[in-house]
Amino acid sequence: MSVLVFTENWDGKFKKVSFELVSYASKIAEMLNTQTVALSIGNVQDDELKKLGNYAADKIISVKNEKLNILDNQAYTSVITQVAEKEGAKVVILAQNNMGKALAPRLSVKLKAGLGAGVSKLPSSTEPFTVFKKVYSGKAYSNVVIKSDVKILTLAQNSFEFEENTKSPAIENFDANIGDIKTSVSNVKKQTGKILLTDAEIVVSGGRGMKSSNNWAPIEELAQLLGAATACSRPVSDEGWRPHEEHTGQTGKIIAPNLYIAAGISGAIQHLAGISSSKCIVAINTDKDAPIFEAANYGIVGDASKVLPDLIQAVKEIK
Amino acid sequence: MKILVCLSNVPDTTTKAKFVNDNKVFDTTGVQWIINPWDELALTRAIELKSDAANAIENITVITVGKNNVEPTIRKALAIGADNAVRIDAEPSDAYFVAAQIAEYIKSNPFDVIFSGIESADHNGSAVGGMLAEFLNIPSVSAVSGVSIVSGQVKITRDIDGGNEEVTSELPVVAIVQKGIAKEPMIAAMRGIMMARNKPLNVITPAEVEALTEIVNFEMPKPKPACKMIDPENVKELVNLLQNEAKVL
Repeated sequence: MSVLVFTENWDGKFKKVSFELVSYASKIAEMLNTQTVALSIGNVQDDELKKLGNYAADKIISVKNEKLNILDNQAYTSVITQVAEKEGAKVVILAQNNMGKALAPRLSVKLKAGLGAGVSKLPSSTEPFTVFKKVYSGKAYSNVVIKSDVKILTLAQNSFEFEENTKSPAIENFDANIGDIKTSVSNVKKQTGKILLTDAEIVVSGGRGMKSSNNWAPIEELAQLLGAATACSRPVSDEGWRPHEEHTGQTGKIIAPNLYIAAGISGAIQHLAGISSSKCIVAINTDKDAPIFEAANYGIVGDASKVLPDLIQAVKEIK
Repeated sequence: MKILVCLSNVPDTTTKAKFVNDNKVFDTTGVQWIINPWDELALTRAIELKSDAANAIENITVITVGKNNVEPTIRKALAIGADNAVRIDAEPSDAYFVAAQIAEYIKSNPFDVIFSGIESADHNGSAVGGMLAEFLNIPSVSAVSGVSIVSGQVKITRDIDGGNEEVTSELPVVAIVQKGIAKEPMIAAMRGIMMARNKPLNVITPAEVEALTEIVNFEMPKPKPACKMIDPENVKELVNLLQNEAKVL
């Protein structure tokens, strides 16, 4: 028996979410009185693999195979299933991100295991196995019982305070059986040197109150100063002022940074659905009755084009 | 080529969530029901693809799992431009149940491209598309922001961290789509609404499947403390609070 956790790496280095996942998995393993097995797929060297031991992994399984250099959901599902069966996994944990959303549902069917998607706490009980998750895009939560013997969970991002708890896990290289790959990938376009919106700890976002695409310089300057990603509300991406990748909200990106700064965003319910899991929200808006102030922790009633330069100045003074 | 679009019937995205019966049941009083926004974009893209004769798309079918209260939503999809509709007559109890039902239908009614939205606006499970593909043992591509057909081959744009890539897949394939797949959802024209009345809507009996999960109850988010207002002339105070009170800088 074990709890299996699927980790993700980026060019051979684990993403921060992987440590969060391993730490979360180890707490569930504790509840079930079993061990935590971390699975890494890809070209990750032993020095890096060992880092998973800092978050209480008992065992690390590494699968390196050229065929897995592209994300083929069927092949990945098959590899994770082989490992889950070999390790007698009762719970399999992935991130609630692009990769986790692509793989967890397939695993659910392959292992006939109920899926708790986007859980944000430890299970409130293991018998019955009850998880807590967001529904209605964050307007409410639900407690869900997973009835199957094996369970699949995806962990909502930035929802679990992970801690270091050092163990010295053994690393096992596993030679997975990989069948024919039915998809192929070409024309990879990847921006480098820019902070990813969904990974960012701080996000600076602009809305229609910025008035024109020409007024984005202070947003970009503040973001750069804070090491933040930039985002925008839906009207802004619909107008083409900013690329659709930046659209944050119910139908765009759902994010959960530590700090979200909303400049000139009124806070329509669909926008709030995309940002309400942020730890701290700052709102700058000319309308004191704008709904964004109900969601915000700190607010300034004022014109973003005047407030932002002052904010940039004030941040420079502490940096 | 045949396209299937999976639809979910969800509360309008401006709906405030309320619950009844000890917070066990979603309160549907006064709720407007719509096609799940991502499913609507998928349907829009399917219709755009069909409008180009070179793509040789014979037919667009929409499918949903639900009781007869979902018929207005599926009729709306026919009015927008789907050719025919299928309703599997059962309460959609969980994603596994829904995917199993749709998979059963597809086994005897094959399609080349199956669209599914990245998530539903109610349970936010992001699950049906991937589950469906696994039930059928066919490829799935998730985080899809573009689909086109180039000389009979389906080209899929998939979003990845910091960019995107082009995926070519064997058919049939399940494309799990998100924002970007179509610009704006298509709106039904009067002619479409009239025609929808005569388009086939096939109601079928569900297969024997057991759901793997069950909702115990719902909870409302904890109320947030009131927003602390800061004088626009004293932005330094904001930075001070972010640094020393919220500890996020």
